[in-house]
Amino acid sequence: MASDAETVRIEVAGEPVDGLAGQTIAGILMAGGRLSWRRSRTGRPRGVFCGIGVCFDCLVVVNGLRDVRACQRRAVDGDRVEFQRDDVAEHAGGQEDDHG
Amino acid sequence: MAEQTVEQVPVLVVGGGPAGMAAARAARLGGARVVLVESGDDLGGQYWRHLPAERQAAREQGGRVAGRPHRGVHQDVPHPGWARFRRMRDDLLRDAGCEVVLGGHVWSVDRRDGAPPLVHVLVGPPDGNGRQPRAFEPAALVLATGAHERTLPFPGWDLPGVFTAGAAQALAKGERVAVGRRVLVAGSGPFLLPVASSLVRTGARVVGVVEAAGRAQLARGWGSRPWRLLPALAKGGELAGYVRDLAAYRIPYRTGAAVVAAHGTDRVEAVTVARLTPGWAPVPGSARRIAVDAVCVGHGFVPRAELATSAGCALGADGSVVVDAGQRTSVPGVLTAGELAGIGGVDLALAEGEIAGSVAAGRAPSPAAVRTRSVFREFAARLAAAHEIRPGWQAWVDDHTIVCRCEDVTAGELRSVAALTGSRGLRSLKLTTRAGLGSCQGRTCGRSVEEILGPAGLVDAGRTARRPLAIPVRLGEIAATAAAGEDVR
Repeated sequence: MASDAETVRIEVAGEPVDGLAGQTIAGILMAGGRLSWRRSRTGRPRGVFCGIGVCFDCLVVVNGLRDVRACQRRAVDGDRVEFQRDDVAEHAGGQEDDHG
Repeated sequence: MAEQTVEQVPVLVVGGGPAGMAAARAARLGGARVVLVESGDDLGGQYWRHLPAERQAAREQGGRVAGRPHRGVHQDVPHPGWARFRRMRDDLLRDAGCEVVLGGHVWSVDRRDGAPPLVHVLVGPPDGNGRQPRAFEPAALVLATGAHERTLPFPGWDLPGVFTAGAAQALAKGERVAVGRRVLVAGSGPFLLPVASSLVRTGARVVGVVEAAGRAQLARGWGSRPWRLLPALAKGGELAGYVRDLAAYRIPYRTGAAVVAAHGTDRVEAVTVARLTPGWAPVPGSARRIAVDAVCVGHGFVPRAELATSAGCALGADGSVVVDAGQRTSVPGVLTAGELAGIGGVDLALAEGEIAGSVAAGRAPSPAAVRTRSVFREFAARLAAAHEIRPGWQAWVDDHTIVCRCEDVTAGELRSVAALTGSRGLRSLKLTTRAGLGSCQGRTCGRSVEEILGPAGLVDAGRTARRPLAIPVRLGEIAATAAAGEDVR
């Protein structure tokens, strides 16, 4: 998929996005100018806050799996990234794969 | 499914930052076989965070990064002690007697009587599914889990564009991404200086560094008997480099002031900076609005103590693990080093790691490491005094300010529930308000929640640090581990 070893191509909300090999998903999203991608319980926008995997603000869906910390997950060629809305999730009920 | 075996290991080190690396190396020099578990995909921790090896820009040498600029991203980000890191890293990775487990996430520890706990690890990508379980039974366990940043809440601090100072540093060092074009750095502590340096070197304009401690507080910490810090001069040199950057880029440095609000709708557009009293309360009439597209705020660090707490290690009042001269905790066979044993920076972490590793291998620590530790402990004590958080900050937290970012719990809710129920139990207040119960498990807000509820006099302060599951684990992974362990048919 990617043109060379230094690039990764992922899919973000259905659109192809290129990043540098070794960037995290958060790094690719932010390098593309995106500052927030999740909605909190009461619908407030959330993106990266702590950048080291502590705050869980930056959660995304990766290849169908919810609640992945975008700042911790190194992007892999072909990853499908979707955004999660935790305000609707609460009322829609039933997450596929909840945290223990 | 294969039955999970418990692996016996003489020395298990958890955490691959400076303290853990030094511990592993010292234990190896002491003749012990070592397993070093690190959750990231390389060694180095937060301090020696760097571009991954596959990036061309990872040719980092001699404290500088020989990176190719990309997307308007520009200069070398300072990497103090880089040559030392490379030497330690290469030694550990080449050493057949040291297994380095990268992508190793410790999710729980089982206490045993009179011995270190069993340590359960999942190996694989962060928050993945189907990670490989491993379990260790160490004769000696060195915990070097480091620290994370503390950021005091303020109105608007959950707006996108508000970051911890550490996030700005992590994105600059690990991703070469600047968090904004016009950035203010604020909070307290010397860490704000390298953050400002990294930001300007990734192409951001830093409009100012705002330190909450006033001159008197700073002088009290730094000023008394400064000659006793002479042996820590190398550290002074590193700080001097950052101060040179402030001058070279004409970045104003202001003391006795704080960001007391961030403004914007879907992202930060401006912040309000106010002068503070010596007790850190905003001075009325001193507020000034500054246009920014990002603000990075940090007020020091909190030890990551969940594993130590689960193992039963005694903690001090500041949340760090209590250790003896040999870095031993209150639990037999469990040692700690680095920020977990008290916030003190990289030099202290390296010395403590070396001591802990030697002791874990049954050897006496080197006198040089013991001397270094005492010098940098004094340095750390001065830092703590000079930049200690003072309670006046609560005056800038109005009732609408979100304190718990996971559950969107406001300061007003916390204050009114505490007043209405008359409850003095942190646990019951958490259950009523949901503060600290979200996905970060109170790591971000725990201390602030305790301090806001504090006037009621909590009966169980410090409880926000208790997290039996150290990281989120998928239910399927727990089921798989249990099935493997019990050999269910």
